[in-house]
Amino acid sequence: MALLEVENIHAYYGNIHALKGLTFHVEQGEIVTLIGSNGAGKTTTLRTITSLMHPRDGKITFEGNDITYTPANKLPSQGVAMVPEGRGIFSKLTVEENLELGAYYRNDPDGIRQDMSNSFDLFPRLKERRTQVAGTLSGGEQQMLAIARALMAKPRLLLLDEPSMGLAPVLVDTVFDTIERINTEGMTVLLVEQNALLALEIADRGYVLQTGEIVLADDAATLKKNPEVQKKYLGVD
Amino acid sequence: MASVPVARRRRFEDFSWVDFIINALRFIIIALVIIGSANTLLSGRFTFEQWVSLFVAGLAQGSIYALIALGYTLVYGILLMINFAHGEVFMSGALTTVFLAHAFDRSGFLNSQPLLAIIILIIFAGLVSMSVALLLERLAYRPLRSAPRLVPLITAIGASFFLQYTFRGFFGSQFRSYPAVDALKGSLEIGTINIPIVQPVVFIAALVLMGGLYWLVERTKLGKAMRAVSEDKEVSRLMGIDIDQIIMFTFAIGGMLAGAAGVINGLFRPQGVNFFMGFVPGIKAFTAAVLGGIGNIRGAMLGGLFLGVIEAVGPNLIFNGLGIPGSNQLKDVIAFTMLVLVLIFRPQGLLGERLTEKKA
Repeated sequence: MALLEVENIHAYYGNIHALKGLTFHVEQGEIVTLIGSNGAGKTTTLRTITSLMHPRDGKITFEGNDITYTPANKLPSQGVAMVPEGRGIFSKLTVEENLELGAYYRNDPDGIRQDMSNSFDLFPRLKERRTQVAGTLSGGEQQMLAIARALMAKPRLLLLDEPSMGLAPVLVDTVFDTIERINTEGMTVLLVEQNALLALEIADRGYVLQTGEIVLADDAATLKKNPEVQKKYLGVD
Repeated sequence: MASVPVARRRRFEDFSWVDFIINALRFIIIALVIIGSANTLLSGRFTFEQWVSLFVAGLAQGSIYALIALGYTLVYGILLMINFAHGEVFMSGALTTVFLAHAFDRSGFLNSQPLLAIIILIIFAGLVSMSVALLLERLAYRPLRSAPRLVPLITAIGASFFLQYTFRGFFGSQFRSYPAVDALKGSLEIGTINIPIVQPVVFIAALVLMGGLYWLVERTKLGKAMRAVSEDKEVSRLMGIDIDQIIMFTFAIGGMLAGAAGVINGLFRPQGVNFFMGFVPGIKAFTAAVLGGIGNIRGAMLGGLFLGVIEAVGPNLIFNGLGIPGSNQLKDVIAFTMLVLVLIFRPQGLLGERLTEKKA
């Protein structure tokens, strides 16, 4: 049984059929990526998994439990954390307060303190700025904060929505290195990304989304060699 | 560069009569305030002692405004909605507690243990107002959470009337008054300045409550969650925060402060307790909240104190110097002129950010 199983979900925005029967799965320890162009339904998929919106049909299971209609605020305690699109940090709160909110459902102050010092080890820049208001951080630092904050929930599945968005190329590399490192430490990752090249670089498997449907599914290495994918998403002629 | 003259010409073409009139208005108001104040001060009609006692009375009144204003600002911060029934939340605590206060007075408890009695009254009024605020949220506002923003606003006005007449139904429409507390009857002599002891007591009580609120919002987990929700509801949910719970807490805290303000207000001005008593303080506190920057907690505190002081000092300082008769009865003019001026010239308030930055 896969860690996350998405079965035949249909989601709508008003009358617009945004997800047309999506089925995919994420195994324990994998990095799985959903790639596709703007409006293909990548973010919608993540929003549906986290119950920020509900599908009209279909089923989502995590560790065998049906989480299709589990309220979004119950998911961190079940083991699912998300780094939302555009990072979604609380810009008026300090770095430390942002991290504390990542651990909102937890009631073990010692564990939270330990995890906070762990995330400062992972991201030393955040330690320097721990008492600073998060809105004053640079884009790259904000992305680090968003990832660190999601990890504070001790998730078993990390969802990442466009972590490369709005970042300089150097920073994008750093972010992706970080994702890879978190994964080698045992975290399962579902990565939604427009930058298909980078995503397929670090992913184990990938799904190509097009207007709400999965048109291709394969190992990341195989997808990278697929002429169709190369032409459409990797910019190779 | 070639673009400069173009830009300059554009600016000239953009000349707008509205801006012109607004700027003229700004100039006239500033001139009137300066002329009036200068006239009053030069004429020496009031002594220094009188100014100080007006100022202190203004601080006491202002701290009551601040307590109520916090309720407006907290709710706005979370829901971007003006809870126009908040004045009635204040009234519900003040009016209900009057009976308990008289019971304490008759039994002698109020004068034998004034501090304890007042604290009990404040807690009681806080609980009453909190319950009213929670019912309001649950029954009137929550069902409209996803409605257009005008809808809950109109509902708030309706709820305000509903509460007024419900309480009139309970307690009748006659005016009641809080019993006098012997311990608060005297006055403090500082040099030649004479200050009724009740004023600093009111001010300190309000300050303690505001300090408590500040601690709650800045230091506790709940406060952090409140600030998170006011910034981004969706991401807050992803953090595991129950939005409904935070909204309820927000109404509860705002209600408790309003109820406490009801009792503190009763110490300060015992008369005039009836079902309609929430209206004017409610609007004044709303003005204070807008003045400080709605949604901003420090702004509400500052706005309340500022409004109280300007109301106390302003009529004598400005209107008297302009030769306007009966200036003491014109404090409401000052308050509401301030509201209009703030809305025209600085809609974001003293400490607030631009309203356009916030989206529903």
